[in-house]
Amino acid sequence: MNNRVLFVMPLVVFLVLAGYFAVGLTLDPKKLPNMLAGKPVPDFALKPIKGRDDKGFASADLKKSVSLVNIFGSWCVACQVEHPFLMELKATSDVPIHGIDWREVDPDAGPAWLKKKGDPYALVGDDPRSRAAIAFGVTGAPETFLVDAEGVVRYKVVGPINKALWDDTLKPLIDKLRQGGAS
Amino acid sequence: MTAELGHFALILALFMAIAQATIPLIGAERGNAAWIAVARPTAILQFLLVVLAFACLTHVYLTSDFTVLNVIKNSHTDKPLLYKISGVWGNHEGSLLLWVLILSLFGAAVAVFGGNLPPALKARVLSVQAMIAVGFYLFMLLTSNPFERVFPPPMNGQGLNPLLQDPGLAFHPPMLYLGYVGFSMAFSFAIAALIEGRVDAAWARWVRPWTLAAWCFLTAGIGLGSWWAYYELGWGGWWYWDPVENASFMPWLAGTALLHSATVVEKRDTLKGWTVLLAIITFSLSLLGTFLVRSGVLTSVHAFATDPARGVFILALLIVVIGGSLALFAWRGPKLTSTGLFQPVSREGALLFNNLVMTTAAAAVLLGTLYPLLLDALGGGKVSVGPPFFNAVFIPIMIPMIAAMAVGPFLNWKRSDVLPALLRLRLAFGAALIAGGLAYTAYMDGPVLGIIALALAVWLGLGALTELATRVRLFQEPLADSLSRLFRLPRASWGMTLGHFGLAVAIAGMAGAGAWTVESIQVMKPGDKVAVGGYEFVFDGAEKGKGPNYSLVSGRFSVSRGGDTVVVLEAEKRVYNVSQQPTTEAGIHTTWRGDLYAVIGDPEGNAGAYVTRLYFNPLVVWMWVGILVMVFGGALSLTDRRHRVGAPHRRRAAAAAAEA
Amino acid sequence: MRILILVLLVVLSAGPSGAVDPREILKDPILETRAREISKGVRCVVCQNQSIDDSDATLARDLRVLIRERLTAGDSNQQVVDYLVSRYGDFVLLKPPFKLTTLALWGGPLLIGFLGLAALISFYRRQRMRQSAAAPPPLNDKERRQLNDLLDGDPS
Repeated sequence: MNNRVLFVMPLVVFLVLAGYFAVGLTLDPKKLPNMLAGKPVPDFALKPIKGRDDKGFASADLKKSVSLVNIFGSWCVACQVEHPFLMELKATSDVPIHGIDWREVDPDAGPAWLKKKGDPYALVGDDPRSRAAIAFGVTGAPETFLVDAEGVVRYKVVGPINKALWDDTLKPLIDKLRQGGAS
Repeated sequence: MTAELGHFALILALFMAIAQATIPLIGAERGNAAWIAVARPTAILQFLLVVLAFACLTHVYLTSDFTVLNVIKNSHTDKPLLYKISGVWGNHEGSLLLWVLILSLFGAAVAVFGGNLPPALKARVLSVQAMIAVGFYLFMLLTSNPFERVFPPPMNGQGLNPLLQDPGLAFHPPMLYLGYVGFSMAFSFAIAALIEGRVDAAWARWVRPWTLAAWCFLTAGIGLGSWWAYYELGWGGWWYWDPVENASFMPWLAGTALLHSATVVEKRDTLKGWTVLLAIITFSLSLLGTFLVRSGVLTSVHAFATDPARGVFILALLIVVIGGSLALFAWRGPKLTSTGLFQPVSREGALLFNNLVMTTAAAAVLLGTLYPLLLDALGGGKVSVGPPFFNAVFIPIMIPMIAAMAVGPFLNWKRSDVLPALLRLRLAFGAALIAGGLAYTAYMDGPVLGIIALALAVWLGLGALTELATRVRLFQEPLADSLSRLFRLPRASWGMTLGHFGLAVAIAGMAGAGAWTVESIQVMKPGDKVAVGGYEFVFDGAEKGKGPNYSLVSGRFSVSRGGDTVVVLEAEKRVYNVSQQPTTEAGIHTTWRGDLYAVIGDPEGNAGAYVTRLYFNPLVVWMWVGILVMVFGGALSLTDRRHRVGAPHRRRAAAAAAEA
Repeated sequence: MRILILVLLVVLSAGPSGAVDPREILKDPILETRAREISKGVRCVVCQNQSIDDSDATLARDLRVLIRERLTAGDSNQQVVDYLVSRYGDFVLLKPPFKLTTLALWGGPLLIGFLGLAALISFYRRQRMRQSAAAPPPLNDKERRQLNDLLDGDPS
């Protein structure tokens, strides 16, 4: 009897492992959790980029209203995919979109890119050494954070925002935040 | 046309494998000699068809046929010939073709050279081998066809990862596959034994050569991979506990345990159930490795591009093959009765201890490799398991075994005394202490582990030589007698001694390269001097140039020691034309004491100054030599007449012919 | 002289790196050693499976520089590491932390070792039982006398 159990054990262990593998196939090992969910936005103060008339972008700017913080770069291919939708958002929605220009080697690259493709941002900060990006726990571009009026991070989008994501997730969340908290 | 021919050959091979998997098996059950005899021709034909398919794929690569999708993704007209060839297997689909090539090669080899196998056993073994092949053919034909066409063809291909354009790496996959695909043969033997319900000494003797051959190739393959990483990646590292490295290492650990365990089955008619289970586990780990690399469940520097459909298919394959074999084991395993008895302190006991340590080590590596996935699947978040974990866990597990390895060969079968063995090892022990002491004085501030590893290496190395000396009665008999004994020793004994000695040498290398490397990073102008590890490096300047498909910067360093010039090193930094990807070719000078290793980086300013990284890596070459000695020992064992089960038959026939 | 020894210490104990740039290296060798030690344990989050010490990626470099800045500003090793974990989670540590969720990981090999040892012991015990069960019962006096007679060649 004891003997039998011993012989069946390897099969049991394997089947359990196979179960894990099946679940594993549905997961993405590189997708990191949002460490900032429900926490205040990290402190940062970024200088402005060339060719814009704002004073840069700092965490204090996020304590005024519900807003989006978009990490982008002129080198980022997926940002080009996302960009038209951001322009559309600027036109149709009143949610301010702030930008963090991440890791530009050439200080003219970011401004040139915005001039060519359009500028959907209210404020833009220059982050050449990834300080702000690291503070946000960013691992690639584009990434976008939804921040409420108190400066608390509510949601993180990894990858380009598209219409479906906006309609299904972001817009409802923004509406809820605006109703619930002080505007 | 060639691609279609290759594709068709693959389909035919599938049908051949289906025939091979069913007819001989049923024939063996029913005792039908004609059906049993189907195994041999189908195995050979299946192999030839795969060779044809492989030749076709090679042909489309060599002719840069860009109507074939695989060639577009992985080749380019500018690539040198050798890398056009190695590009055949440097991608997911092509490497699968290599998989089945080797799978069918082993099958054909057993069909042709397994003359002394009982026909029913041989039929079952080849059937099981074919079943595995069927799974892989289906996988390829349904999800990963290397012969897929594209119209219209592009002007040129997308090149190959420049890191892979290297001679060492060209041979690494074939060697590795010969290894862990080769363990499929031990697996097939194990399944055949379970179906028959019997394991005897003859079975163990038949399994051994195939397992040993696979083991030799896998050892060489892993060594080749480490050697490549060392000279190519630019900072002297050689093992990263990356999931894919672990995927090749775990079968090696289990396979080594299997080799030792099979000896006990052969000599003492015991540990049968365990050995059969080990054979299943070893190949299962190989299959698991295939899953991990190609499914995307783990992040790794080695991973092929992933696709969910492929992941699901391989998982299904795993469940069928591994689940099926383990279920068979659960059902039929108890039928394998053992008769031999032995004391814990005996040669069998020592081999069993080896098994305990090797399987614990393999399990620990498996746990570490799979843990991020396991935790994530349970919703426990994301965690990384890197080298600090593996080093902390693996090394302490291995230390008792390495210490025991010097003593084990001295022990007798069934029941033995450990004290006489320890007494004979006094010299080895003393030498180990001295070596440890010397290492301590030289590297007082270095990691303790380096000193321990070196001492263990001396203990093991001298222990293996002591055992050999004892066996030939060195200093106990006239020298001539001892020498004649030495030459009359069976090759398998030589194999064991060389295997253990080789490991000792390799461990010494790991101690040096792992614990005592010296590094210096700086910006150098031409004429600048830097002292590293007792040597002086002078930067002679750099110049630009062009290679066949890349542009380069080449830096020269004059290295001297104590005033005498030792060598002039040339280091390159290349940028490949198609991918714009940079690679470093370090300038390396190898000596028995260690490697001088120079890397040239980016330019700094305009005065001809460059970032340079200079290293002295002690004892690195001992790792490669040690591994070669191990492989040589294994190969030597393979040539032992006792392992070539066909040999007695031939000698008898020769003797009969002589008398006639 | 002391500086030379300190520099040698850094150089001897630091171990190889693929990617550290000379311009990143701190002037203070003790801080630099600490920075290297920390870097070796931090995972490059944009790479496949490397530490930031080994990786050429720009984010890896930025993280290395960040670590050095914080060390220079006076953070302890633990504080620097804690900051990175607060941004990226435990994923960023190459050595998995000792937590409830990693209990199975760190305890696993020990458990497996013990199970193996227990299996070994039980195997030997069962062997001994088989041995004594298979052994013939001891001779009684009559049988012993018979045996002796036979051995002495006495035909009775």
